[in-house]
Amino acid sequence: MNKTINQKAWYFVIPVFVLVAFNAAIPLMTVVNYSFQETFGNNVFAWEGTRWFKQILLSERFHASLGRQFAFTFIILLIQIPLGIAIALTMPKKGWGVPVCLILMSMPLLIPWNVVGAMWNIFALPDIGFLGHSLNAMGFDYNFTQQPGDAWFTTILMDVWHWTSLVVLLSYAGLNSIQPAYYQAAEIDGASRWATFRYIELPKMKKVLTLAILLRFMDSFMIYTEPFVLTGGGPGNTTAFLSIDLVKMALGQFDLGPAAAMSLIYFFIVLLVCWVFYNLMMKNEAKS
Amino acid sequence: MSLELKNVEKKVGIETHIYPTSLKLKKNTINVLLGSTLAGKTTLMQIMAGLDKPTSGEIWFDGKNVTGMKVQKRNCSMVYQQFINYPNYTVYENIASPLAITGVKNDEIKQRVGKVAELLKLSAMLNKKPDELSGGQQQRTALARALVKDSDLILLDEPLANLDFKLREELREELPKLFEDRDCIVVYATTEPSDALMIGGNTATLLEGKVIQYGKTLEVYNRPENLISAKVFSDPPMNIAEITKSGDNCKFTDNDVQWKSSAKIKDGTYKIGIRPHNITTYKEGNNSVEINGKVQISELSGSESLIHFTNGSLNWVSLSNGTQQKNVGEDTKLYMNTDEFLYFDQNNRLVNNG
Repeated sequence: MNKTINQKAWYFVIPVFVLVAFNAAIPLMTVVNYSFQETFGNNVFAWEGTRWFKQILLSERFHASLGRQFAFTFIILLIQIPLGIAIALTMPKKGWGVPVCLILMSMPLLIPWNVVGAMWNIFALPDIGFLGHSLNAMGFDYNFTQQPGDAWFTTILMDVWHWTSLVVLLSYAGLNSIQPAYYQAAEIDGASRWATFRYIELPKMKKVLTLAILLRFMDSFMIYTEPFVLTGGGPGNTTAFLSIDLVKMALGQFDLGPAAAMSLIYFFIVLLVCWVFYNLMMKNEAKS
Repeated sequence: MSLELKNVEKKVGIETHIYPTSLKLKKNTINVLLGSTLAGKTTLMQIMAGLDKPTSGEIWFDGKNVTGMKVQKRNCSMVYQQFINYPNYTVYENIASPLAITGVKNDEIKQRVGKVAELLKLSAMLNKKPDELSGGQQQRTALARALVKDSDLILLDEPLANLDFKLREELREELPKLFEDRDCIVVYATTEPSDALMIGGNTATLLEGKVIQYGKTLEVYNRPENLISAKVFSDPPMNIAEITKSGDNCKFTDNDVQWKSSAKIKDGTYKIGIRPHNITTYKEGNNSVEINGKVQISELSGSESLIHFTNGSLNWVSLSNGTQQKNVGEDTKLYMNTDEFLYFDQNNRLVNNG
């Protein structure tokens, strides 16, 4: 077959190239540039090779913040995914309840991140905040600004409040795409509620749940604004997740080299976890 | 064993989905519910199965009132238009699922699944998952699931509608055989008159939530009680025209075509129904009559030719065997087989019974 050769189509790709170059490739390369050099400002650079990478990978500070980050992400996924599915299952499927529920569910998602942080900060203050004051009035010794456990509890509660809706909305969409005939077939077979969930709803929701877990993983792994406004990483360093630690290093201490190396490592960890997770989830899909 | 609907009515809000219906389905019969979309076939089946409750009326099964009894307790199975299988079960597990839930022993499950899989030509795919199968195979799996347990009632809701033509023909031929030796009542819903004829058994014609006629399929086809039943059970659509009869002579009101009728009916005006295959480009039967027409549309399907034509103010549809090439706008002669005419009175009731 004779193919017509027309290379003009490449012109259409140019805008994408320019866009990606300016918003991804060039900034990223700047970071790569910093990560191999030492700088003291005034555009004076000295080559350092892989020194910053070694330093970061071996530093206890990085290990600690990475550990906190994984713990945080793991805990919120463990709460948000089952909770989101559970809420989606109890939401009405028709009638006036649908828009009401959907709007209520989307509310937290519409609030700017720093507002969420500020809101929860005031809400949880032990002396004047509703949550903090009530807990103390009930006899709990609660103070998130001083006790690490309370700081973690508040941060996780805030994230669950802020983001469970996303899982709910995705699961709800997944559930709604299941044809009623499936439920009838299960009913005729005499399947229990659990069996219906396990063998019809869950497999049918697999794709949206994969998406939900991926999105929640990435977002929570890169979380910055909310805990920064709520706890500022404190008390001490106990809620300093990777991004908070990174900003401290880059802007607080102005250690641009190590901070750049840390950003790259951070980036590769997110990429790697997503890749592994996605492939695991989609392994069965590929077979068919 | 019989399934009896007594004055069953279904209303949703102010809309009536099923008007009061009484129907008695006997043991070991295949019953076709024939009607267009929204005729109430699915609603009727869901009421029969117990998936839906009637607003009023009763359902009796085997001499017992089962109105309001839940579907799990009724021992019935259902196949849908969409191919409904458990997505992450293999074909084997899918077919076995109704048995496994009721606690049948593994050996017996294996034997029964094997048997029904063979019947439905699924033996080679027992280890595959539904989404690895073709549409036809998926629907065979759903059918196997319905057949594997000894249901008293098997409901098939347009099971062939989503299959492509070849597969549909193939499965349609097999279906009646599958139910031959079973001790159950089969209900089969379809929009296609040809499905009803091929499946045989009994047919109920439905229109807009009403059962128009119920009886042996061929009887309903050959002697529709009324014009509506005749229309429902005719594809391509039936030709309807007004005639006047005086003595033995009959004549269309709109043109001069005349014929002698042996129908023992009083003189007067009637409506007649003529199925398209009784108007042909060649003479058929001893009492055929000629009609002139102007060709409007001519469709050839290889073995058959569908010719739409006008005569005076009336539009007619004819169906002839073979390829009858006609040009649009051409004047042509066709022949009507007057022996097959159905005469309806002014109340749309069939009057020539024979």
